[in-house]
Amino acid sequence: MIDLDEKDKEILNEIQMGFPLDIHPYRILSQRLGIPESELLDRLKRLNAEGALRRIGPVINTRRVGGSSTLVAISVPEDLLDEVASLVNSYPEVSHNYLRPFEYNLWFTVSAKDKETLAEILEDIRSKTGLPMLDLPTKRLFKIGVMFNVR
Amino acid sequence: MSDKIDEISYLILKLTQDGIPFSSSPFEDIAEKLGISEQEVVDRLVDMQKNGFIRRFGASIAHRNIGITANAMCVWNVPDEKVEEVGKIMSSFPEVTHCYERPRYPNWPYNMYTMVHSYNRNECIEIAKKISEAVGIDDYSLLFSEREFKKTGVRL
Repeated sequence: MIDLDEKDKEILNEIQMGFPLDIHPYRILSQRLGIPESELLDRLKRLNAEGALRRIGPVINTRRVGGSSTLVAISVPEDLLDEVASLVNSYPEVSHNYLRPFEYNLWFTVSAKDKETLAEILEDIRSKTGLPMLDLPTKRLFKIGVMFNVR
Repeated sequence: MSDKIDEISYLILKLTQDGIPFSSSPFEDIAEKLGISEQEVVDRLVDMQKNGFIRRFGASIAHRNIGITANAMCVWNVPDEKVEEVGKIMSSFPEVTHCYERPRYPNWPYNMYTMVHSYNRNECIEIAKKISEAVGIDDYSLLFSEREFKKTGVRL
């Protein structure tokens, strides 16, 4: 686990929610945080290198950009888990893939460029594994705001 | 509201989706590649946010690496006619990062999903209890993630 000082935490909270869209965004952020821009950049590089900060960029709304996405659950026997997880991971369209021990235990999200591609990927996984699968596309979206309160 | 994304804006998304550099002028290289000004890159990002092509622009945190290791997907069996009302209440909890309605299946009664992230499992369990009481639904299960096989952003 990565050690964060109070300033790191303040930075991580600020850049999730309040990242300024400006040609010099870090200058604005450094003023808000009360540290020199060079210190902010050094801290961001360190947080990124240590693995606390993945990236700063757009969170893309796939559907809006024309794509198609879904959540899938498969019921995988314990001894096949690594094999099936690698198969699922091999599709670049799979963005998240987790083991959640339950009746259906492998949970992953797929975002494809269109409906047809998405259907092909699901059919491919279904036929290659032959395992029970749930296709769980969003019917209604109430909240999507992955923001973590770093404390 | 613009319905389709144009080519330049699409390319801006492609060029920023892996993250912008940690430098004083992070949009400089992209502007040069596309033959437009840095200000236009920024303006287009603002527009794409307004038009809903991007949900937000900002940092993606590796929450597990900084100690937010408990991550529960809570699945709920909510009567169809109550989904709208229940979804609003669930979303109002700050600990809930995602809230969706998804289809049921004959062998899968759950139709609502909330993601809860916290520093430990007990906190997630407590939060789920609070939500359960607030919405009056007690048919639910918590699915904790035990292994992360993959996590990348959604890619174009």
